[in-house]
Amino acid sequence: MNNTVNIDIIQYIAILGSVVFLVFIIELVRKKTLKEAYSLLWFFFALLFFCLSIWRQGLEVFSRLVGIAYPPAALFLVLLLALFFILIQFSVIISGLSEHNKTLVQEMGLMKLEVETLKNMIKSKHRTQPIKKSGLLKKAGVREK
Amino acid sequence: MKLKWSRKSQVLKIKSKKRGLEILVIVPAYNEEKAIVGVIQDIKQHEPDADILVINDNSWDNTSDTAGNTGAATVIDLPVNLGIGGAVQTGFLYAQRKGYDVAIQFDGDGQHKAEEIKNLLVPLAKNEADVVIGSRFCEKRPGFKSSFTRRIGIKLFEIINTCLIKSKITDNTSGFRAYNQRAISFLAHNYPSDYPEPEAIILLGKNGFRFQEVFTPMRKRLSGSSSISGLKSAYYMVKVILAVLMNFIRPAVTKRIK
Repeated sequence: MNNTVNIDIIQYIAILGSVVFLVFIIELVRKKTLKEAYSLLWFFFALLFFCLSIWRQGLEVFSRLVGIAYPPAALFLVLLLALFFILIQFSVIISGLSEHNKTLVQEMGLMKLEVETLKNMIKSKHRTQPIKKSGLLKKAGVREK
Repeated sequence: MKLKWSRKSQVLKIKSKKRGLEILVIVPAYNEEKAIVGVIQDIKQHEPDADILVINDNSWDNTSDTAGNTGAATVIDLPVNLGIGGAVQTGFLYAQRKGYDVAIQFDGDGQHKAEEIKNLLVPLAKNEADVVIGSRFCEKRPGFKSSFTRRIGIKLFEIINTCLIKSKITDNTSGFRAYNQRAISFLAHNYPSDYPEPEAIILLGKNGFRFQEVFTPMRKRLSGSSSISGLKSAYYMVKVILAVLMNFIRPAVTKRIK
């Protein structure tokens, strides 16, 4: 019975996993499903995981550097930070979007009023001076009575 | 024909200029079909020369048609519900583009009295203030004062805002205000969303606008219910205090208005 765990296996899995992840992100950007600007953080962390899976001592060196006794905990820290940053980026983007959305809605409301006013102007103009052949009314979508 | 029209409108504009200030009353309304007609008639009766702009914040009742059918108000229908801040800001955008001298913010639920509008206009006409706030509390006189818990909140805003911008505003949540042209074009581009009233005061104070408060008694709302109740009021307080503090630590808006 061999009770020792072969830690090479998890390294292969980690390398494979981070490569798949990296390729997945590249594919999303290539297909324009993900915008370049929003892919930067994902790329950064995908590369970081790739490096950590190749350079096995990396985690231990990093743990010793920042004073973490148990190296796998450092991995959780990195993961948490990754999610944290990406989520904050999301909140920022959403805030921007809701601002744009508000501006668009306001502009649309103002323009709807403007269009109605113009329609009515054309309508009343038409009543006093018939300009049937101009096609102006049809273009503006005004129904003739 | 185009030339004729524009000439005509110019003449109209000059005529109305002579008459005095061009006033736009901005009425934000969300599901106010029962109250809106009364509000419009009230304004028309006391301020016949003012134009009324109802901002229908995507109501699901008949607010828009009811307001439009009075024939006395222009109605803007927002395709999405923006909340009071976004709705009122639409009014400022309209006022700025049409070149109004004064914008009055007037709630669509009937709690404000149109007869008080003339009192709000006095400090603006004398150029003593850029923003005039209709306050329930700046004089000890009768009138509807809101519930006890609300008054605590309002007092808290008074303390915070007094500390931050050093001018005493007793009714920070009042939605009954008058703005001059300078304030209109500023707010058209910088109005807070969600619950804008207390925030707007800090924002305006930070940017050097002058305030004045005028006592205006208010009515209990005619119909509908307040947008802020129950748990929402706790959220309201926290959100507004945060926003007020943020507005305070932000630098003054330097972007010049076109």
